Amino acid sequence: MMQIMMQRTGDAWFRTITFLFALSIPVLLLLLVIILLGQAMPSISHSGVGFIFSSSWDPVKELFGALPYIYGTLISSLIALIIAVPLGLGAALYLAEVSRSKFKEYLAVMIELLAAIPSIIYGLWGIFVLGPWLANYVQPALRSVLGFLPIFQGPASGLSMFSGGVILAIMILPTIAAISREVFQSVPNILKESALALGATRWETIKLAVFGPARSGIMGAIILGLGRALGETMAVTMVIGNRPQISASIFAPAYTLASVIANEFAEASSGVYVSALVELGLVLLFVTLIVNGLARLLIWKTVGKSNTL
Amino acid sequence: MLKSKMFKRLLTACFGLFLLAGMSLALTLNGAGATFPYPIYSKWIYEYNKETGVQINYQSIGSGGGISQFTAGTVDFGASDAPMTNSEIAKVGGNVLHVPTVMGAVAISYNLPGVSELKLDADVLADIFLGKIKKWNDATIVALNPGVKLPEDDILVAHRSDGSGTTSIFSSYLAKVSSDWASQVGAGKALSWPAGVGGKGNEGVTGIIKVNKGAIGYIELSYAMSNNLPVIALKNRAGKFVKPTIASTSSAAAGAMKKMPADFRVDITNAAGVNSYPISGLTWILVQKQQRNAEKGKVLVDFLTWSLTTGQKFAEPLLYAPLPDSLQAKVLAAVKSVNY
Repeated sequence: MMQIMMQRTGDAWFRTITFLFALSIPVLLLLLVIILLGQAMPSISHSGVGFIFSSSWDPVKELFGALPYIYGTLISSLIALIIAVPLGLGAALYLAEVSRSKFKEYLAVMIELLAAIPSIIYGLWGIFVLGPWLANYVQPALRSVLGFLPIFQGPASGLSMFSGGVILAIMILPTIAAISREVFQSVPNILKESALALGATRWETIKLAVFGPARSGIMGAIILGLGRALGETMAVTMVIGNRPQISASIFAPAYTLASVIANEFAEASSGVYVSALVELGLVLLFVTLIVNGLARLLIWKTVGKSNTL
Repeated sequence: MLKSKMFKRLLTACFGLFLLAGMSLALTLNGAGATFPYPIYSKWIYEYNKETGVQINYQSIGSGGGISQFTAGTVDFGASDAPMTNSEIAKVGGNVLHVPTVMGAVAISYNLPGVSELKLDADVLADIFLGKIKKWNDATIVALNPGVKLPEDDILVAHRSDGSGTTSIFSSYLAKVSSDWASQVGAGKALSWPAGVGGKGNEGVTGIIKVNKGAIGYIELSYAMSNNLPVIALKNRAGKFVKPTIASTSSAAAGAMKKMPADFRVDITNAAGVNSYPISGLTWILVQKQQRNAEKGKVLVDFLTWSLTTGQKFAEPLLYAPLPDSLQAKVLAAVKSVNY
């Protein structure tokens, strides 16, 4: 009897302590929002709603508009996802399902190594190697095939939205590949065996018995990658051209929210200017939350329809 | 048993370290600010420490950060590439002395294979950075460079994307010499650029110039020299085309001596003098005129005096221009006037 009582108080303590640990996450987020809001207040009253919808950013004249930065952040991340999702999922599928060779162990380690490369290294490599290569070979090729679309028009440049998107794609590829590989591997063998027993081909097995149950896990991998793309600063700022403009062409230079904060915060001296940069941080936080929220919504919608892990 | 012995030893060692830290704490000065003079300041701090044993920490967090930390009183001295504004000085109750330490030049570098010498004047330079001149074989550039074969390439303007003292010096020069620049862009550490692309830091702009044919950008002289990039000879106020060098930078400060204000808050761009390079700038250490701590104040004044005399010989190898003699004498007198 005594022992059971002890266990119960122990459980209660354990529950309380872990609850406090879990609580620390929303509390941190809340504190972050409160501090950012407080610091951004002078800028909010200075620029009003125009902050989000205006496109001119002129610290000398104290005009602050965030629209080109929001645009740059969203589009560069979108380009990154368009490139990295098929590549990452394909690689994960090969490693988890297709390959039988020992080679795949080394490949898996290499993917994880890619994730550990500091972003400044990616940035410098981007400015000296990737950017010129994209400008000299990839962009002219894209323009000659798809040049009728406005997004592929204009002069080729190594410093462009396109370069920023490609470098982001390379950076989030290991995240997407490593996590979706884990997800694919955790699909119970019995599902695959059942599919094979029913006479499904390998592709049909993967489609029915791997992709279906793993769908929410894959979405999780993509969301994590997207989160990194939205917040990435150093590598992007080296190759994106840092020009606050909204251009139809992805070969034109652009600018992202995280980049402008990193670029201008250290030397910003006037009160409103600093506050405007903090407000950019607040906007970035909300952009991230909204995009994540939309992605989760998408999962709930699709997950509801099928049996998933 | 063995474990507890080792633990005791560790404890003793830690305690010893604490004691050491406590002892040196009394003689430690903390400073923060501009990144541009960081190499020379760390050299000075190292050499001064060898001579006197005084510990000085300098954090190169940027000029803006230097001014705000100095204002908040969290450091013993600040450092900035741009002098404090009148309203910033009012915030510290006027208790600040701007001590010029060394000078630097902003070089205009470019990437045109086969063109090793290029001359520009202020108007053409402003029009290039305003995006009005778009081709290298523009008539205005050709007129300034007879005999030079200029290609038909597009001009790619490269500027700093981060807030920077270099941008501040460059833009205040352009605002002085071009009314279009003054009204459309203005001067400051971060600007709304009418043309071109931004690179982060001197290394970012240097990178853009290096890999893009037809690029032009402004960088600190030391970056142009260490990367072997060609620099433009700029027409100065006396009408002579001058390349940025250590001598032509010092000459700019000497040329600006006539109108040197007592508080040394002076902009030496477009200075007088036949050999003056027009885009030169001073960098300052900010100290309180009335020191709060007598012991620290004494050490600080001694360090500044040492930097302005013995320390100046370390400037040139690190590609900074030392202060000209006329200015050095005035600054030394001002440092002497600090109360502690």
